Amino acid sequence: MQPLLFPDGIAPSLLLIGGAFLLPWLHGRIHQFWRLALPALALGIFLSMPAGDHWVVPFLNHQLVLGHIDALSRVFGIIFSLMAFIGAIYALNVDDNVQHVAGFAYAGGALGVTLAGDLLSLYLFWEVMAVASTFLILARRTRRSRQAAMRYILVHVFGGLALLAGIVCLANTSGDLSVRHLRLDSLPTALIFLGIAVNAAVPPLHAWLQDAYPEATVAGAVFLSAFTTKSAVYVMARTFAGTEALIWLGAVMTILPVFYAEVENDIRRVLSYSLMNQVGFMLCGIGIGTELALNGAVSHAFCHILYKALLFMSAGAVLHVTGKITCTDIGGLHRTMPITCALCIVGAASISAFPLFSGFVSKSMIISAAGINHMGAIWLMLQFASAGVIAHAGIKVPFFTFFGHDAGLKAKEPPLNMLVAMGIAAFGCVFIGIYPQPLYALLPYPVDYVPYTGSHVVAQLQLLLFAIFAFYLLLKSGYYPSEVRAINLDTDWFYRRGGKWFYRLMDRGFNGLNRWCDHHLAHGTAAAAARFAANGPARLTATLLRGVIPPETVQRAFATGTIRLGVHAAAAVLFMVAIYLIA
Amino acid sequence: MKKPITFFDRPENIRRLTFGFFIALGVLLLAEWFVVAHPHFRWEEMPFFSATYGFVACVGVIFTAKGLRWVLGRPESYYQGDDVENMKRIAPQEKSGPD
Repeated sequence: MQPLLFPDGIAPSLLLIGGAFLLPWLHGRIHQFWRLALPALALGIFLSMPAGDHWVVPFLNHQLVLGHIDALSRVFGIIFSLMAFIGAIYALNVDDNVQHVAGFAYAGGALGVTLAGDLLSLYLFWEVMAVASTFLILARRTRRSRQAAMRYILVHVFGGLALLAGIVCLANTSGDLSVRHLRLDSLPTALIFLGIAVNAAVPPLHAWLQDAYPEATVAGAVFLSAFTTKSAVYVMARTFAGTEALIWLGAVMTILPVFYAEVENDIRRVLSYSLMNQVGFMLCGIGIGTELALNGAVSHAFCHILYKALLFMSAGAVLHVTGKITCTDIGGLHRTMPITCALCIVGAASISAFPLFSGFVSKSMIISAAGINHMGAIWLMLQFASAGVIAHAGIKVPFFTFFGHDAGLKAKEPPLNMLVAMGIAAFGCVFIGIYPQPLYALLPYPVDYVPYTGSHVVAQLQLLLFAIFAFYLLLKSGYYPSEVRAINLDTDWFYRRGGKWFYRLMDRGFNGLNRWCDHHLAHGTAAAAARFAANGPARLTATLLRGVIPPETVQRAFATGTIRLGVHAAAAVLFMVAIYLIA
Repeated sequence: MKKPITFFDRPENIRRLTFGFFIALGVLLLAEWFVVAHPHFRWEEMPFFSATYGFVACVGVIFTAKGLRWVLGRPESYYQGDDVENMKRIAPQEKSGPD
């Protein structure tokens, strides 16, 4: 790479962000070529850059390290660039510069967070991600998407500010701003943890994800599914590996969304809940913190980005072709979209961790780590969640989309570029599942783990197939929850309903106070004072001089108006004397 | 538009698939005796533990989800009117469908 801005060439993050803003000036084939070239170049840089600190920029009394490359950042950089490339292919037929610019700036932000060697540059790219990703929701250009985007950015501004507050506190107490392992034992680190937890969708701070992602554009949701949560997983692995709280938060996070996913109507919202469930596995692995668990978390993030994007792409293809994506409106599409259906099933098998698919070789490392460390309760929770995954993401998503009742929609396969993007992701899922060694070689620690042992394969297949058996029996007997047009309240209720109540409270409270003051003080008291100033002295004098001078004479004598001035002047003088005395 | 008849539209194929699935369940239960187990926990030594746990977990998930819907389920229009934008009725009605 030729030196450009820095001796090492240009940082991939700046390449994507800068390259994104060139897009409005490009047209036609060059526009499309540039969209494919950007992530491909970034991928090339990640594969070729040696480990160490690159792209160091002095800033005030501080060094911004834009390229800290080691095994951990390299593996995340590779999957983020690869995902940006797949997403670019998927969005090749999209003619909307807002989405393209936002998508690449967002991916660039994720690469910047991954490469950041110091917390300040990490924060800057963190906010680039928040702002750019909001436009992927806004670009749907519906009323619902606009409102969801507003809530999304508010939550992320909150998380970003918590992160910034933590970084500032940390700078004041220790002065060391390098991205390093932190202990969750003080206010600064707790604030940083909170900021990362918002982006990782840790409950109860998760509802922004299920609120916003299903409202994004077809291609936007694919980008969104990859970067925000997984960059938070990456930062968590860097900073809070081995934090016990993460084990429990992660385990709860795997279980909570499976219930919601089971009764959710919007397929992309089902996928958003299942995204949260998968991130829970990663956070649990990070919390366990052993080499095996961290390898598991990182490899699971890698595999998850591919199969989750594949699932979002197939749901997006259905939405693109039919304009619908809720269980109640779709079904039976395997007749008209067989290729999309097959690719979706590959994604479903991967997320369910079927042997020979990618989820199996990565998730099992995390569960094995819980077993080796004798965490019985955690192990049972993770296995419970695994059975829950097969029920919603493994069966429900492909079944209600492509099989089930035929909604009679007119459909056909999506454009070729979408199929190619899904095909690449599906190939990755199967390739990693069959031959995980290249992925294992990328992991931060040496891998001494064999996923394909007889007992492991049999146990996993028993778990999955008997879960399917339960699903089958419940569906046949009519106990499976029917598809209904409804929503289920989640923690966003607190700020959506709460926001309305707060607005009303402020409206009634402050506007009421305003009205009261206006009525009683501005009109009542001031008018009374004015009346007194106008008529008071005359009446007083007339009362005192009753019987001496007729009242009409007194009124006439006061009618010159000078007395009003006199009263005001006296009040002003008294006021000044009072101020003088008090001061 | 006439929809093509696929593999899954023929009842005999569905019957074959279901039959194959039950065979697979049986084979998996039997296979447990032929693999070397290295359990981490006592309960893993129970016969058919994974099968039982997968079945029970899936039933548990689905019934809990039904309960969750019963408690937290709301009509789709639940949040309409909660946004300040809706309250003030500034913006004109738009389609809320796909782009």
